[in-house]
Amino acid sequence: MITVQNLTKKYGESIVLNIENLEIPKGQSFGLVGNNGAGKTTFFSLMLDLIQPTTGHIINNGVQIDASEAWKPFTSAFIDETFLIGYLTPEEYFYFIGELRGRNKADVDIHLEGFKDFFHDEILGQKKYLRDLSKGNQKKVGIVASFIGDPEVIILDEPFANLDPTTQIKLKGIIKDLAASKEVTVLVSSHDLIHVTEVCERIVVLNKGEVVRDIQTSMETLNELEVFFGG
Amino acid sequence: MLKLFLTLEWKSFFRSASFKANLAIKIFMVFGALYFMAVFLGLGIGAFYIIERQGWGDPLLVVNRFMIYYLVGDLYIRYMLQKMPITNIKPLLYLPIKKSRVVAYSLGKTVFSFFNWSHAFFFIPFSVVLLVEGYSPLGTMGWHLGIMALFFCNNFINVLVNNKDNVFYMLLGLFSVLGICQYYEMFNITVYTAPFFNALYQLPWMALLAWGLLIALVSNAFLYFKKHMYLDAGLAGKKSLAKTEDYVWLNRFGNLGTFLKNDIKLIKRNKRSKTAVIMSFFFIFYGLFFFTGAVEAYDGPIWKIFAGIFISGGFLFSFGQFVPSWDSSYYPLMMSQNIRYREYLTSKWYLIIIATLVSTILASFYIYFGWDAYLAVIVGAVYNIGVNSYLVLWGGAYIKTPIDLTSNKKAFGDKQAFNAKTLLLTLPKLLLPLGIYALGHYLISPTVGYIFVGMAGIIGFGFRNRVFALIEGIYKKEKYKTIAAYKQKT
Repeated sequence: MITVQNLTKKYGESIVLNIENLEIPKGQSFGLVGNNGAGKTTFFSLMLDLIQPTTGHIINNGVQIDASEAWKPFTSAFIDETFLIGYLTPEEYFYFIGELRGRNKADVDIHLEGFKDFFHDEILGQKKYLRDLSKGNQKKVGIVASFIGDPEVIILDEPFANLDPTTQIKLKGIIKDLAASKEVTVLVSSHDLIHVTEVCERIVVLNKGEVVRDIQTSMETLNELEVFFGG
Repeated sequence: MLKLFLTLEWKSFFRSASFKANLAIKIFMVFGALYFMAVFLGLGIGAFYIIERQGWGDPLLVVNRFMIYYLVGDLYIRYMLQKMPITNIKPLLYLPIKKSRVVAYSLGKTVFSFFNWSHAFFFIPFSVVLLVEGYSPLGTMGWHLGIMALFFCNNFINVLVNNKDNVFYMLLGLFSVLGICQYYEMFNITVYTAPFFNALYQLPWMALLAWGLLIALVSNAFLYFKKHMYLDAGLAGKKSLAKTEDYVWLNRFGNLGTFLKNDIKLIKRNKRSKTAVIMSFFFIFYGLFFFTGAVEAYDGPIWKIFAGIFISGGFLFSFGQFVPSWDSSYYPLMMSQNIRYREYLTSKWYLIIIATLVSTILASFYIYFGWDAYLAVIVGAVYNIGVNSYLVLWGGAYIKTPIDLTSNKKAFGDKQAFNAKTLLLTLPKLLLPLGIYALGHYLISPTVGYIFVGMAGIIGFGFRNRVFALIEGIYKKEKYKTIAAYKQKT
């Protein structure tokens, strides 16, 4: 599904990302961990063509990302609050994304019905604009919006940060369900080792822009990661 | 403690993103500032003699008569533009500083605002001229100090009424009506207000009243902020009650409708964009300078086209100019969503076209000045639609200044918006149509001049697809730079 080849990103002299080769098969739930400045967000930004690679490229489902826009219809993401439109209500935002992805109001309503539990009555019908919601609630909106329109690739940067414990647990359930379907490739980054090991089949550790571990998740994974980051 | 505050202030000023503009722009800004100072100084000195020579009466009395409108106008401008002192308080709240000190400091800071001292450029020279012309020194002193206090009163009134939109608009409406009444000599409010300003001169001790009012307002503002210095009270941002709106009637336009819906909401729900639209409404009246013969310099025939471009193109210049910066706060979303640049640009283009047509219809009152005047507006509109609409979209690709939708701070004149490329692009927007018209007007006849400008617009309209492809290419090329620039919030 996703192939990364000789991908580097330099700012001046400093190399912030350098991935020689990385294959992410379709349907995999892929976790990216690393300390601040490891290159996680840089990688995701490259996946979305928000920054240009210095060398190399990413191929998403046969489409070279920096050369064609054809990856957009089947890829969705929530990186940060710049993916939200502050002056819309959550409903309007969902309908907007829905319309861009060829889903009408009724489709979106059905979609949202499935997340009623996740929203915990704090999102829909609140008479608030997105800019007036709390950080956590904004994040919920962004995450759910990224599921609209049955995308094949979903990219979530730090989805667990800022969420309350109940929502974190619910989100883990949602990601696991997506992964179980084997139709959707989910890319998640996190600072929380427990969360990623729980939801991801495969975990890649980035350190100073390079892949230093590539692990198929097992019982020992959490230990291994704790040793890596602790030592 | 004060020293600490001042270093903070110093750093926030010199490290602000807008200050890091390039040298050419800085020099340009300095010259601009000097120019305005000179104008005000000239006005302060010249006002006295101009009024005297025109035979309008005693200059002091004339100035006093219009003082009420000056004060209200000042309040209006402050309300729209002056930054509130509370914005930087939050990080100071939990530090070991007395609350009253923080409040005193932030209120004190507003005293040194441009909106206060800029008036001195008029009033000081004016008062000096009064003294030179033999007005009583004591009276002049009382008048000067009294008026000064009133402007500072405005400063604190603005601090107190900030964000109370309905009160503000009611007052604004009231004074507009009063102004119109005065113009048509139905009711003259200045008859009631001028005596007060005159009294400041005749009875200099009256200035104490003004200072008393100022002290009352200051202590009021001080107590108010001290009492409300909590995150959920005085420091809370204003939250409006949101209502989900569908605009189903736009659905028939498909994807284009989706964007139009968003743009309408963008304009409706954000302070900054609302200001842009209000400004574009005032552009409609700009032509009065030309067609009434009020300004002699504008009497040449080619200036009619200039007026026509501005009357119909208010929205184009105040809103269109800043596409795509209106979407700067969520640009990464727009760039990674399932959106084609063409559709995005087309929707903005339609918005500009619709606004141009509406302005043209609203401007139909120019028929009063003769069909010739309105024809200039229509021809201007055709040129705006056919040529200028592309040029603003094109220029927008190079303006990489993020817009803070919720604040009006920089609504007028964003320094970074001036760069060589955008300046070059204003030439064809304004001067080219003048040239085309002049060509027809002087070589053949005025009518042919109109036809030439209109033809330029129609030809431009015909090349729509070609031009859009071109603009799309430029936007794509600039995409990464634009995303990076929008990330640097001020």
